[in-house]
Amino acid sequence: MNRRTFLAATTAALLLTGCTGTGGVSKGQDAEAPDDPAKVSGTITVLTQRTDLVQDGTMKKYAAAFNRTYPKVKVEFQALTDYESEVKIRMNTENYGDVLMIPGVIKKSDYPKFFASLGTRAERAEKYRFTDFTTVDGKVYGQSPIGVMPGFVYNKKVWERTGITEWPTTSAQFLADLKAIKDRTGATPYYTNFAAQWPLTSWTYVNGSVHCDTAATTKLADGDPWARGADLRVGDTLLYDIVRRGLAEKDPTTTNWEASKARLAKGEIATQWLGTWAIIQFQDAAEKAGVDPGDIGFMPFPAQTDGTFCGVVGPDYNQAVNIHSRHKAAARAWIDWFTDQSGYDKDNLAISPLKDAPLPAVLTPYRDAGVKLIELDDTAGARVKLIDDESEVGIYKPGYRQNLVDLARGARKGSLDGFLDDLGGKWTAARKNAGS
Amino acid sequence: MTDTTAGPAAPPVAAAPAPVPRRARVRRGLTPWLFLLAPLALLITFTYAPVANMVAYSFTDWDGVSPELHYTGGHNYTELFTRPELFEVFFVSGYYLAASAVQIAGALCFATVLSFDVRFRNFFKGVLFFPYLINGVAIGFVFLYFFQDGGTLDSVLALFGRHSSHAWLGTPVSANTSLAGVSVWRYLGLNFVLFLGAIQSIPGELYEAAELDGANRWQQFRHIIAPGIKPVLTLTVILSVSGSLSAFEIPYIMTGGATGTETFVIQTVKLAFQFNKTGLASAAAVVLLLIILAVTWAQRRLVPDDRVDLV
Repeated sequence: MNRRTFLAATTAALLLTGCTGTGGVSKGQDAEAPDDPAKVSGTITVLTQRTDLVQDGTMKKYAAAFNRTYPKVKVEFQALTDYESEVKIRMNTENYGDVLMIPGVIKKSDYPKFFASLGTRAERAEKYRFTDFTTVDGKVYGQSPIGVMPGFVYNKKVWERTGITEWPTTSAQFLADLKAIKDRTGATPYYTNFAAQWPLTSWTYVNGSVHCDTAATTKLADGDPWARGADLRVGDTLLYDIVRRGLAEKDPTTTNWEASKARLAKGEIATQWLGTWAIIQFQDAAEKAGVDPGDIGFMPFPAQTDGTFCGVVGPDYNQAVNIHSRHKAAARAWIDWFTDQSGYDKDNLAISPLKDAPLPAVLTPYRDAGVKLIELDDTAGARVKLIDDESEVGIYKPGYRQNLVDLARGARKGSLDGFLDDLGGKWTAARKNAGS
Repeated sequence: MTDTTAGPAAPPVAAAPAPVPRRARVRRGLTPWLFLLAPLALLITFTYAPVANMVAYSFTDWDGVSPELHYTGGHNYTELFTRPELFEVFFVSGYYLAASAVQIAGALCFATVLSFDVRFRNFFKGVLFFPYLINGVAIGFVFLYFFQDGGTLDSVLALFGRHSSHAWLGTPVSANTSLAGVSVWRYLGLNFVLFLGAIQSIPGELYEAAELDGANRWQQFRHIIAPGIKPVLTLTVILSVSGSLSAFEIPYIMTGGATGTETFVIQTVKLAFQFNKTGLASAAAVVLLLIILAVTWAQRRLVPDDRVDLV
């Protein structure tokens, strides 16, 4: 290109950039629950990450059921495949649906700029779980329709065939059990799902279950997550040892998430660290593969405090009302109905966000084993995310666990201690910059 | 493509044009700009405006979504240059550079062979160009199966009696080589077509004359084809170098930058979209742009774009 036209074009473009900034944003609005369902009207758009449920018509069924109570509200769904990044870009405009899941990237302190409040924490916490996670200045901005709990999805038959009837209670015992599975059944004892990347991030959710500590998140914000004995170090060491001792799949770099579900159901894979949300997917895979869905089991992290296991119950994506929505009452009605009455939690075999609801049937073994369910205090959650971004460690991102697996299988040089201490160093250095 | 086409066959230029009235002159001056209006509008909207925006963001601490952003001056640039580990990923580009040498040599070889009269030559042209038409994401997924344990590559090797259980994406060296191989497979077709076009624009009489003089195929290549396609060759080298420095699609889809396959662009994407440092990532993108401009400039200085004159 001619140099002069290039310059002219660049100058023109530079002039255009005057309009980069964002205009004034209204702040601190409420989405109040409507008093009379018959009077609420309007068309609302619900953004969701569940492309599968929109495609197979399940969401339409929910909307139809919703219309029995709220006949004048029309609910439309938009399913986004790459939810996080697509919503993030849309949130630079005012047009991001009426109801949406709060993406992880939004800073908690910015919630009042993007979402209408659902009420005060004091009143909501009486009825609902997880209010902490979206509370800013005493007001709640989102509500998760299901509760999830991390844990090992495992094939009961494979574990039983090996002769293991009790859940392992320590990392060492867990490793010994995996070894036994490998020796006696030939199944892949553990599957990392390295190539799909996100399954590795589940390992961050060991936080809290190792020491049964509701203040575990605050400890991340105030200390070194990889200090000796700290939850993340225990979890990461276990993952390292699994891979190091050859108890994971042979070639982690070309794993296949969809295929792994059926393979676990069929007993070719024994265990995966995921969460309660995965159980239904594995049961579906089992049905499709023609094996018994009842073989899919779920077990807690191998650590006990005072002789009991601990399970950390946390929210999934939180639903919120767009602050720019013109039908806030209808949007609010949808969130309330979806949380309380839709049955979405039961359909997903998930833990109900209602405090007084019973545990789902899949967790009966948990009740029998006396597993203590705890909820983490999330007051420091926003600061943890800040430190995480600042340090570029990425505890909710797959990168560092991929490096950990590479380290364990010798594709990366270094020792486990050096690796974890380096993470801890970056974390503590960033903590000082992240204003705490 | 080259000036050589306008050789002896060009019609004689009309001598001394008649004087044109003023209004017609203005209109004639304006016409090309009218034609340019649409492409220029597109170019500015989708290339220069975003680039200018990116430059603007690189001086802020924007996180990519928050309505608040603060001007931080050159802070992002200082941070970039005080963190040498951010530039270590350029070593990975070495694999892609080496691969593009293979790619250019291969493309040149195929283009030369297929420019002569070869049986099924249109079929082979199609075969060679086809990979370039496939979407990069699809290629990424296809090659994941290809490199899988017991996947296509292992099965093919087994046909030849080599039973390997090599994890192709397992170590940094093997993974990067494999990914660079995929990139050769994908882009060879494009280079090939460029070369073929250039070679075919060389007038056929030259070959005839050379053959009469007793030149063999190699001599024809050495003295007719190579100098004839020099501008295209230079262009291809520049494109390959900048492509190697900014390799992204294939490694991002296939490994996500794991196992030492992270390139500079993947790192930038991670900064922007995983760690929400859009400001810093914009600065990194600006730096990459400057590096590529510098490399291109250096190349143009080393290999000046001579006018080709074969006749």
